[in-house]
Amino acid sequence: MGIIIDEDTKVVVQGITGQQGKFHSEYMKEYGTDIVAGVTPGKGGKEVNGVPVFNTVERAKEETGANASIIFVPAPFSKDAALEAIDAGMDPVVIITESIPVQDTAKVMRMAELSGTTIIGPNTPGIITPGKSKVGIMPNHIFKEGNVGLVSRSGTLTYEIVNTITKNGFGQSTAFGLGGDPIVGMDFIDAFKLYEEDQETEAVIMIGEIGGSAEEKAAQFIEESYSKPVVAYIAGRTAPKGKRMGHAGAIVSEGGTGTAESKIKALEDAGVSVARMPTEIGEILKEELF
Amino acid sequence: MKLQEYQAADIFEDQGIPVAKRYLIEKPEEIKKVERPVVLKSQVRVGKRGKAGGILFAEDRKEAVEKAEELFGKNIRGLEVEKILVAEKAEIRNEYYVGLVMDRENKRPTLIMTTEGGVNIEEVAEKHPDKMAKRKIDPVKGLKGYEALHLADSIGLEGKELSEMAKVAQKLYKAFEKYDAELAEINPLVSTPDGLLAIDAVFNIDDNALFRQNFEKSESKLVTDREKRADEYGLAYVDLEGDIAIIGPGAGLVMASLDSVAEFGGEPACFLDLGGGADADDTKHALEIVSMKEGIKSIYLNIFGGITQCDKIAQGIIDFEPEKPTVIRMLGTNEEKGKEMLEEAGYDVVDGMDEGAKRAVEIRV
Repeated sequence: MGIIIDEDTKVVVQGITGQQGKFHSEYMKEYGTDIVAGVTPGKGGKEVNGVPVFNTVERAKEETGANASIIFVPAPFSKDAALEAIDAGMDPVVIITESIPVQDTAKVMRMAELSGTTIIGPNTPGIITPGKSKVGIMPNHIFKEGNVGLVSRSGTLTYEIVNTITKNGFGQSTAFGLGGDPIVGMDFIDAFKLYEEDQETEAVIMIGEIGGSAEEKAAQFIEESYSKPVVAYIAGRTAPKGKRMGHAGAIVSEGGTGTAESKIKALEDAGVSVARMPTEIGEILKEELF
Repeated sequence: MKLQEYQAADIFEDQGIPVAKRYLIEKPEEIKKVERPVVLKSQVRVGKRGKAGGILFAEDRKEAVEKAEELFGKNIRGLEVEKILVAEKAEIRNEYYVGLVMDRENKRPTLIMTTEGGVNIEEVAEKHPDKMAKRKIDPVKGLKGYEALHLADSIGLEGKELSEMAKVAQKLYKAFEKYDAELAEINPLVSTPDGLLAIDAVFNIDDNALFRQNFEKSESKLVTDREKRADEYGLAYVDLEGDIAIIGPGAGLVMASLDSVAEFGGEPACFLDLGGGADADDTKHALEIVSMKEGIKSIYLNIFGGITQCDKIAQGIIDFEPEKPTVIRMLGTNEEKGKEMLEEAGYDVVDGMDEGAKRAVEIRV
């Protein structure tokens, strides 16, 4: 089980002839992902690391049965690439590219909403269902099959935490990053709904950060309609007001909303165990699950 | 990027939104003949410039020149006045507001209108949210006339003003889309005997869309030299109050490292995100920036190599030779090689994130 992707996921890599696309298609294949096609307009008929390249996603689907897409194309062309993937029925569409104009992303998200397509990202490390498939750029060796679901607003911090829990003996059912651009597809609540239904997932780790109110909303959802244990970590307790901490959304407003304290309190009030440091998560999981 | 008022006014005029007759000056003697009373507005990128004395009025040319001289010599909230927009003073009956903002949570633009426009708009939003009418707009369909009319109707506008407001809103939406705005506000949109008139504006362009827009890059709003230098190098840097410099790949990991250092009783001096896939040069740049800061007592590099290769980071550290005590935590891609290089060069290398944070606090000099 696991969510969103599994052993039947057949991936088309949009932008496969670029440096990132080439490197990561090979690295995903190494993990065991079923990479069936690549797309770069004008390079149809070629091969990259043994993967056939097509001019369009629609053609790739006809020829290979691709059903999911990962996008590496540069930001100016990402909107068209995403709309093409949605139109061709790819689901999920994972957008690795970062810093896409927000007007473009808004249009992509609206089209995805109309067609019922799951979008992960932009500016995400992607998604992995260990042992089955990885549609992303995460380091392969830190993951392990298991029963802990993970959803995060960050990339490297996710690796850190996965590494910690794997060392503590906890594998993952699925792990993914929501993305760091101003507008992203899936949110925490979407993730909780899917993890609730997934029989393999026994507990969920949510990794949040300062800015916005997604964690507060997730806390409310957990309290009202989520039954499995949740362990959270919120980055940015030491962040000053009005400064953007790397990600577009990671900012405590001048008025003091979006602080780590507010998020931690909302989650604790909803019965979630919140770790002070990433390294504590393994211990907390042991308490929650045994 | 925040546009200046005069740039926003040009955009509005281009879209057919009614704007006062105006011209831009850089010297007092550029003031033209004054037939009707004028307003002189300093073009500085700060809010509430009226309250800070950045807006003055004049009845004739002599007075206008004097007022311009006064403004050019002024400092408005830390910024010098280099340009003044001279506009005809409007006969104001009422002050309205119309704005479009990209709403991140709803993933689409929101149109906002109120009849309570003017300088106290933030107070209205906070204390009388019922007076602000809002509507989510489908970014694929765009703003339809009936949607704008419905909103104008719900704030109580009638007759000619109702339809004028709806037209202004639609034109504003066109500008919002065409120029990749994140925020486009007309405040106030004033009611005059001749109809509605846009008096002032806030227009922020999405930085990620600047590649397809033709605006001169504005002066940086970054405050310190280190923040400016980091921006030139393409690194994300934030100055903080403490004495431990913290560097890492990825915003979330660096933030968590700051928190860990604080947990062990240390105070972070800065946040520096190398980004994904940083190499030796990026590492040298990062060390150069943190070394510019006075009062640094130790440096902590927390490196989790995913697409970042640990040995490249190690090379950067060895090449730069930081003067201050430095601790490096290294894990992930090419970890063994990176650690070996650093240990050979005599650096303090640790495995755990907590261990690194603790060491950074201990080794301060």
